[in-house]
Parts: sequence; C-alpha cells; structure tokens
Amino acid sequence: MVLPALVLFIVFGVVPLVGVLVLSFTQWDGLGAIHNAGLSNWRSVLSDSQLPHSILVTFEIMILSWLVQTPMSLLLGTFLAGRQRYRAFLAVLYFIPLLLSSAAIAITYKALLDPNFGLGPGLHLGFLTQDWLGRSNLALGVVIFIVSWQFIPFHSLIYQGGVRQIPTTMYEAASIDGAGRMRQFFSITVPQLKYTIITSSTLMVVGSLTFFDLIFVLTAGGPGDATRVLALDMYKRGFMSNQMGPASVIAALIVLLGLALALLLRRLGGSTTASQQEGA
Amino acid sequence: MAVATSSSGTATRPARSPSFRARKLLQLNWFGGLAGWIWLAIVLIPLYWIVVTSFKDQSAYFTQNPFALPSAPTTNNYRLVIESDFPRYFLNSVIVTVGTILPAVAISFMAAYAIIRGAGSKFLAGVNGLFLMGLAIPLQATIIPVYLLIIKMHLYDSLLALILPSIAFSIPLSVLVLTNFIRDVPKELFESMRVDGATEWGMLRGLALPLTRPALVTVSIYNGLGVWNGFLLPLILTQSPDKRTLPLALWTFQGQYSVNVPAVLASVVLTTLPIVILYAVSRRQLLSGLTAGFSR
Repeated sequence: MVLPALVLFIVFGVVPLVGVLVLSFTQWDGLGAIHNAGLSNWRSVLSDSQLPHSILVTFEIMILSWLVQTPMSLLLGTFLAGRQRYRAFLAVLYFIPLLLSSAAIAITYKALLDPNFGLGPGLHLGFLTQDWLGRSNLALGVVIFIVSWQFIPFHSLIYQGGVRQIPTTMYEAASIDGAGRMRQFFSITVPQLKYTIITSSTLMVVGSLTFFDLIFVLTAGGPGDATRVLALDMYKRGFMSNQMGPASVIAALIVLLGLALALLLRRLGGSTTASQQEGA
Repeated sequence: MAVATSSSGTATRPARSPSFRARKLLQLNWFGGLAGWIWLAIVLIPLYWIVVTSFKDQSAYFTQNPFALPSAPTTNNYRLVIESDFPRYFLNSVIVTVGTILPAVAISFMAAYAIIRGAGSKFLAGVNGLFLMGLAIPLQATIIPVYLLIIKMHLYDSLLALILPSIAFSIPLSVLVLTNFIRDVPKELFESMRVDGATEWGMLRGLALPLTRPALVTVSIYNGLGVWNGFLLPLILTQSPDKRTLPLALWTFQGQYSVNVPAVLASVVLTTLPIVILYAVSRRQLLSGLTAGFSR
C-alpha cells in the first residue's frame, strides 16, 4: 500500500534531489546535450560576488521577517485562543490573505504602492508616497511587510492551538502567586509554547528559502539586485541565462541551507523522536 | 473541534475544563486585543481596496479617493478579464488541482495506513523517515532536475507535467498529518474487524477511512490551496497560453494591462473568488485541522 506514494516521491522528490547535485557538476543550456563540467561550476559560482550578496539578502529577509512575524503571531495567537465568538470571527478574517496566491498579492501591492497612482498619492499622504519598489532598502522592507501580511495569520493559528493546550492550572497557580498578565505571558505562555515556536520557526525559516513567486512578480529581484534572493538567483541563472550547471550549484546550496537550518532548529528544541514527527 | 481533540490525545498535557479556560482568557490583556484589531485593519484595508477599485473605471481610479465607493460602478473590468481567456485558465487550474489532490490524498492515505499498521517494520519506518525528510527540504529547489525529467518524459508543456511533481510534493505533509490521525484509531477496533474476517483493504475502507475523514478533508484543502496558487511549476514546465493556470495568467495579464489597474485587480478578485467561497464552506474543517496538524 505504501508503494504508489513511495514510487512517486522517489521519482519526483528524491531523484531530483540527487539530480541537483549531479547537474551541478555538468554544463547544460536547458535544451541541448549535457556535458560533464567537473568542479568548474562550483568554482565559478563560489568565486562570484553575486553569491554572497544573494545569501545576504536571503538571510536579511529570513531573519527580519522572523523578527516581525514571531512576536506578532504569538500575541495574536494568544489573543485568538480566547473562546469568545468575535475572536473566532476575527480568525476567519485573518485567514483570508492565505487564500490569495503570491502572484495576486504581489500584483496588488505593486499597484497599491505605486508612487504616482497608489494609495499614498490617492490619499495625499506624503509618507506613503515613496518609490517603494525603486529603492533598495524600501523594497526589502516591502518584501518583509508583505511576507508578514501573508503568513502571520497562519502562524497565529498554530500558536492559538498551542496556547489552548496549556493547562489552565498553571495560570491559576500564577494568579494566586500574584503574577500579572504580562508576567504570565512571559513566564508561562512563551516557555510552554517552546515546541510550537520551534515548529513555526522552522516553517518560517525553511519557507523563506523558497520565496520565489512573490519577489519574482513584485520586483523580479530589483531594484538592481536588491531583492535577488537565492531562489531568484537560481531561476535567473538557469532559466534566463540558460546556465543550468551554475543554477544547480545554487539549488544545492538552498537544499543544504534548508537542511542545516531545520537541523539547527531541531537541536535548539532539544527534541525527541516524538516531536520530530509532530514538528517538521 | 473534535478533530483537534482527537489528535492531541497523544500529547502529555492533561485535559482542562473549557469553561474555566474561557473565563481565564476573557481577561486577556488589552495589549493583545489592541494588536488583534490593528491586525484586522492591516488585513482588511488592502482587500477592501482591491474589491472597490475593481468596480471603478480607469478615470475614476485616477481621480477618486482610493477608499471611496465607485461613483459609477462598472463591471467592464470583469468583462475584460473574462474575455481574456480566463475561463480556460480557470479550467486548467481546476484540472491541475483536482488531478493532483485526489491521487495525492489517496496514495498518502494508503501509505499512512501501511506505516501505522506495519509499525515495527524497518522498511516502513525508513519510508516514513524519507517522507519526513521531505518536509525539511525546500522541494522547489529541485525544479531544474524536475524540468529535465519532464522533458525526458515528453510531458513538457502539458497539464500532466504540473500534476505529477505536485503530487510528489504534497506527499510528505499529507502522510505526516494522516499518520497522526490513523495512530489514534484504537487497535482493538482493527482486531475485532480482523476476527470478523476483514482484510487490510477492508479495514482501510471500513474503519480508517470514516474515522480519518476530517483529516482527509483538511489535507485536501491545504494541499489544494498550494497547488491552486502554485506559480513556479507552471512558469517553468509550461509555455503555451492555453496551458496557463490562474496565477501565471494573472502575471501575464498584469504585464499586458499594467496601466489598467482596475482590470488587473478584477482579475485578482476573479481568481480568488472560488477559493474564498470554498473557504467559507469548509473553514471550520480547515482551521481546526490545521491546528491539530501543527500545534503540538
């Protein structure tokens, strides 16, 4: 019974994974024959100044969007854990951004932030009237904002479930000891959510390695190379410059980075086999 | 809600009385409340703007206040979108999504069943480990070899080229969630069915299937959302306009009509509408299942 899933996963999951490594040692333009290229792709990519830049941008987006998303999601998740009707209703509305495709979101924000016809000029608000996508730092900020807009609801729901599993006796005891709400939040809620935080962070961090659609449609990596993350770098080298070899080197780096980060976060959680199955 | 409780049965935390918890959380700090309402505004303002603007004509878009209701509402934008072949792209998206989800969930369910029933088998434990590893790997990074494979299989520029990798990519999460649910089915039920002469297939259909139905729905919706909104696979594995799926069509439409913002936003509304309707129908299922799948 396990065979159909296993076979499909091997053919389109495991084989391509190995294929990334194999192709990184070849020369291929995407159409013609594939030639052995030895280590030349690795040598050229690793000495290319584009690579450190793409890694830097990727990590900037990863870390900054984590810093925005995690506290906000924790706060909203704790808020949503209340059983009040209106909070359930809010949760329903929060979820809507997750229904939109990244392409749709990117298109919307592109129009919304337009320096001539967007929201800022329309409302005559000076601080909103900026060349948001035309300046490096602003464009990076916009990407982080949109990512948060899109994914904070998802992580809030994860935290909501986590908070609801915390035994209320702990809060009772804390109240008797005179702990205020803030104190309870930091001394009970946050520590109790340790594994949930690890799960959510893993999803955020590994997920951020694959922000492709959003950035591709929003800025195409620009202005200049300001938002050229690794995934975009891979696409541009492979499918725009027809250099699949170097692109595969980038792909291999993305895979290694994803695995390393997932393992690191798991180590941080000091988790057992049981939570390995629950997390991911 | 029953979904969440049934799967958290393995958690070590003791059960609590809901009424007491509700009372506790009622006094949740005002800070969380403030954040909650502010976030609602952040979520809703762009959505409101999309819908309102999509009913304006271009001159109204340039002159009117962005948040004002259209002074002369028009459906021309929607007409333009529909005439730009969107019904075909819609159909393509439906074919790819349904064509992915039905087989993906079916084979993931079978695999999850086998993994749970065959606990102790080294082979099955290894297979499970392999699927779990798939969760930690950004599978989109394997797009170049997938592209090569699809070319070699002579599937390039077909909808099947999108379906096959999508199935494979949905397997890890589906198996994870489904094994968690099948594990909670009491072993005695399987035993008593076996005594009555049921085969493994019989038990899969007669016992595991009905008991894990909520999880199956959750997994279908969750993966379906990912496939419906997928951009990278269609971008790389197809080429001709008649194979476009909706996100790709949105992107090309935006390239063509970038000046006509109301029309572009109408295309955003039209492509999202079916999902919003589905969501309205099945949200309870999705939200509770999601919580059960991740929040441990």
